[in-house]
Amino acid sequence: MRRSLSLGVAVGLYGASFGAAAVVAGFSVVQACAVSLLVFTGASQFALVSVLGAGGSVAAGVASAVLLGGRNGLYAVILKERIPVRGWRRVVAAQITIDESTAIATTSPPAWTHVGFWWTGLTVYVVWNLSTLVGAASASAVDPAAVGLDGAVGAAFLGLLWPRLREAWPVAVGGAVLALAAVPLTPPGVPVLVAGLAVLPALVRR
Amino acid sequence: MIWSAVLLTAAGCFGFKAAGWAVPSTVLDRPALRKAATLLPAALLAALVITQVFAHGRSLTLDARVVSLGVGALCLWRRLPFLVVVLAAAGAAAAVRAL
Repeated sequence: MRRSLSLGVAVGLYGASFGAAAVVAGFSVVQACAVSLLVFTGASQFALVSVLGAGGSVAAGVASAVLLGGRNGLYAVILKERIPVRGWRRVVAAQITIDESTAIATTSPPAWTHVGFWWTGLTVYVVWNLSTLVGAASASAVDPAAVGLDGAVGAAFLGLLWPRLREAWPVAVGGAVLALAAVPLTPPGVPVLVAGLAVLPALVRR
Repeated sequence: MIWSAVLLTAAGCFGFKAAGWAVPSTVLDRPALRKAATLLPAALLAALVITQVFAHGRSLTLDARVVSLGVGALCLWRRLPFLVVVLAAAGAAAAVRAL
């Protein structure tokens, strides 16, 4: 429980950077808050505002965000083995199925899997949404380029990628190269989708 | 336009989460599906780093954002907390632009 509380605080702080990034991308404060309430999966949210902010189409923004959210489906399959949930609680459980709640639940001792999942998911949900509001409201008051917010979003993506590099660095390098090649050839947002093709060699190779 | 993007993304992301809780656990027996779900975020996040830092519309540019990325990478390598990474990266771009 202590672990999930401290994680909740850290993740909530990152919610403030999302709120700021959303406003920089042209979202209103209400829209930024709606994304955090309804989408509630950090990387997808950043992807959505990044693509739309760069002038990408709705289709490109939604597609990259939803593809990034696909891993939560895998988490759910892993979690349902250990946490039996029925009825309306399943809707709540689904919405809080994210990186953090899964990480805590699957690394807790078996008796604590339940507690770890619900505590982490709900704590992160509350703090994430409050901090989105704070971040979005304060970003409306400053000039984003002057305070370097555009650079911060790039570093935020790198921070999300970082823990995955040990296992998936060849795919990451492939994705980066494909994106670089696609930027001059395709409209904003599409390079991110093209980069998804980098997983194909790993899928074909057994 | 932004609202429709928000609602579609919410529906798609919740759809994946809910589908995972609904399908039988035997889908995990398909290694390709498992691999795709774990590897895809790495490819997409790497591409988002590239487009966020180097793209300006359809052209590739080098500006203060590159310095941000370097500073961010240094912070991550030093295992500093996420907030420090983001703030240091923002500060770096701001400092370069103020010069």
